[in-house]
Amino acid sequence: MLAHSLFFYFFSSIAVLAAVMVTISKNTVYSVFFLILDFVSVSILFIMIGAEFLGMIMLIVYVGAVAVLFLFVVMMLNVGEKRKQPESKKNFINNISVGSIVGLIIFLELLVVIGGWKYQSTYISLFSEKSNINFSNTHQLGKVLYTDYIYLFQISGMILLVGMIGAITLTFNKKDNIKRQNYFDQISRDKESSIKIVDAERGKGVKLDG
Amino acid sequence: MAEIGLGHYLTLGAIIFSIGIMGIFLNRKNIIIILMSIELILLSVNINLVSFSIFLQDLVGQVFAMFILTVAAAEAAVGLAIIVIYFKNKGTIHVEKISSLKG
Repeated sequence: MLAHSLFFYFFSSIAVLAAVMVTISKNTVYSVFFLILDFVSVSILFIMIGAEFLGMIMLIVYVGAVAVLFLFVVMMLNVGEKRKQPESKKNFINNISVGSIVGLIIFLELLVVIGGWKYQSTYISLFSEKSNINFSNTHQLGKVLYTDYIYLFQISGMILLVGMIGAITLTFNKKDNIKRQNYFDQISRDKESSIKIVDAERGKGVKLDG
Repeated sequence: MAEIGLGHYLTLGAIIFSIGIMGIFLNRKNIIIILMSIELILLSVNINLVSFSIFLQDLVGQVFAMFILTVAAAEAAVGLAIIVIYFKNKGTIHVEKISSLKG
């Protein structure tokens, strides 16, 4: 148990420090790296308390996909150039005070909620899926996810599809001076529109491009 | 050093949530950092769901954490695409200059 608490404090302090560094670091690339550190430490915490599958999925989805996406965007847009302009000091201090007050109030509210939470010994759940100690976490999740929650699973797949199509249509730039293949025109051409039969006069031939 | 319980994990989630909220307020320069703060908030919600799921031995929390992960990935993709196309059109993503709607 001592090892568990030691590991918890170690990784959670790393997670909190990385979260602070994400918000306050000057360079955007550094904050993306701190975001990656944050995700890694939180996924280690997940694996530690027994949600192995979710921890691994977080590593794959966040570190492998989302963080790299952020890095690409940060490097494509030259946001570093704009740092030269000095920000108005008064505005910044105003932001800091308002932000800290709101953040502290929300944190205190959440602490009140956590402190007031009743640890019921006999927990009666509405949608209970009791975890079974004989199977691994991934096995159990698969059993639940593909049977009872199959509709939600498919809807989440649709959300990913819509997000993908949205991102592609947003960033797709149409160029007018490039000839593109038009599948519909290709398929829908017929004999009348593509062949013309003309009588060629003797000695004159046929004028092309007519 | 007390035994690590549900409260510890919930406190960690609360701390990361508040840091995310503060990040949105504090950062008035870079819209990408605001998106990253939103990712932090979603992460803290995931911490809450997973810790409840583990300590109450109910798998539904982990199922919903997976759906949150899905939505967060789609949101990041669409948000970054919007930022890219805004930068292409206007040439800046400075937060205080994004004021076309005069809000």
